[in-house]
Amino acid sequence: MPAHAEAEREAIEISLLLEGVHQQYGFDFRQYARASLRRRLWRRVYAEGLRTISGLQERVLHDRSAMERLLLDLSINVTSMFRDPAFFASFRQHVVPALRTYPFLRIWNAGCSTGEETYSLAILLREVGLLDRTRIYATDINESVLASAAEGIYPLAKMQEYTENYLAAGGSRSFSDYYRAAYERAQIDRSLTENIVFAAHNLVSDRSFNEFHVIVCRNVMIYFDRTLQGRVHRLFLDSLVPFGILALGHKETLAHSPIADAFDVVDEQERIYRRHGS
Amino acid sequence: MTSGFSPDGVDLVVVGASWGGVDAAMQVLRELPAPLPVPVLLVLHRSRTSERALLERVIERDCGHPARELGDKDDLTAGTIHLAPPDYHVLVEGGSVSLTVEDPVNHSRPSVDLAFETAAEDHAERLVAVLLSGLGRDGAHGIEVVHRHGGRTLVQDPAEAERPDMPQAAIDTGCVDEVATLRGIGLRLRELLEGGGR
Repeated sequence: MPAHAEAEREAIEISLLLEGVHQQYGFDFRQYARASLRRRLWRRVYAEGLRTISGLQERVLHDRSAMERLLLDLSINVTSMFRDPAFFASFRQHVVPALRTYPFLRIWNAGCSTGEETYSLAILLREVGLLDRTRIYATDINESVLASAAEGIYPLAKMQEYTENYLAAGGSRSFSDYYRAAYERAQIDRSLTENIVFAAHNLVSDRSFNEFHVIVCRNVMIYFDRTLQGRVHRLFLDSLVPFGILALGHKETLAHSPIADAFDVVDEQERIYRRHGS
Repeated sequence: MTSGFSPDGVDLVVVGASWGGVDAAMQVLRELPAPLPVPVLLVLHRSRTSERALLERVIERDCGHPARELGDKDDLTAGTIHLAPPDYHVLVEGGSVSLTVEDPVNHSRPSVDLAFETAAEDHAERLVAVLLSGLGRDGAHGIEVVHRHGGRTLVQDPAEAERPDMPQAAIDTGCVDEVATLRGIGLRLRELLEGGGR
């Protein structure tokens, strides 16, 4: 079979699988960027000992545990504490002063994965004296990553990298104050979780659930196609208070978005935006 | 959307090299006709702390083509050398790119393999893939995929390469159309982009 005919058949198989997953389980991956999605589907095909995407379709529609495994493949993102330290430094410098003017803060960390970014935000807010009057809503599509996020247990071997990131991000204490080491693992200071709510939320299909002063959603929408990105931007716009802050990943932009006009740029390099006042 | 075709039907050039391959890449890019009739995607292994804007400026100055670091969903436009940002994979689809932060492939992010493979799936026989000096074997599998989709594969002569590993691994796949010096690759690309190459 020539390569282009194979590719066409595969595109049909992927569409059918995504349609089936959507109808049966409610997870909507139909507008995910295809090249990456396709790779992750094939990874699951092989991991299940199968040979085709159609075979995977049969497996996940008949076996919920296979769906859960697929969901992990499709939703887990690589993350780390204080990833891109310059972003956190900029947040401290350009966003925190405005946040001090609010008596109470709601922050949405959308697509929090296993929680590293959420705890990084919590640490930053504690150091500037704002954590006590903040509630961080950390959401992800995937319940099992949320469970590990809530535990806050990470490989001890990662702590050196995180310490370097923390210092580069302008951390003012010793990073080891924020975790307790036991055997090969590090548990994040439990007091940081008091102001964090971990909850399932699907950016593709769920609506806004509150009004926020800050939304942080970094390197999540890069897995979406442009149309879906535009829709999620709209969801964020509708979920922000006037002058609310939206923070994206380093290589993401609002520039091509239908709602770009509703935001000012706070820090172009770090992709921090502020919603207009009205 | 990709804009522009060469007379030989090439509509995308992807160049892969490791961090040490930056000089090699510049020697090749310098030979290309200006304005570039097709987009060029340059995937270099480099550290996430490397001075980002600097590489763009150096390429613009030394190669005479506009250079820009890619953002997510940016179009691959003719006339420009598009740089893979450090610490992201670049996946080509529909004439634009998606960036991902999935695990490194062959210890590399960006992965030359991923860029070659997705470009091959998107551009098939209209793609030219170029692999230059580098340690490890990133790019070899991608070369196979490009070849299978009918694209053209050019690889730097390992005898000339500062680091022969990546070119040699690609050659060992048996899927390389032409092995040449940097100057030879540059001239060949010029032919392919200006017409009369096939």
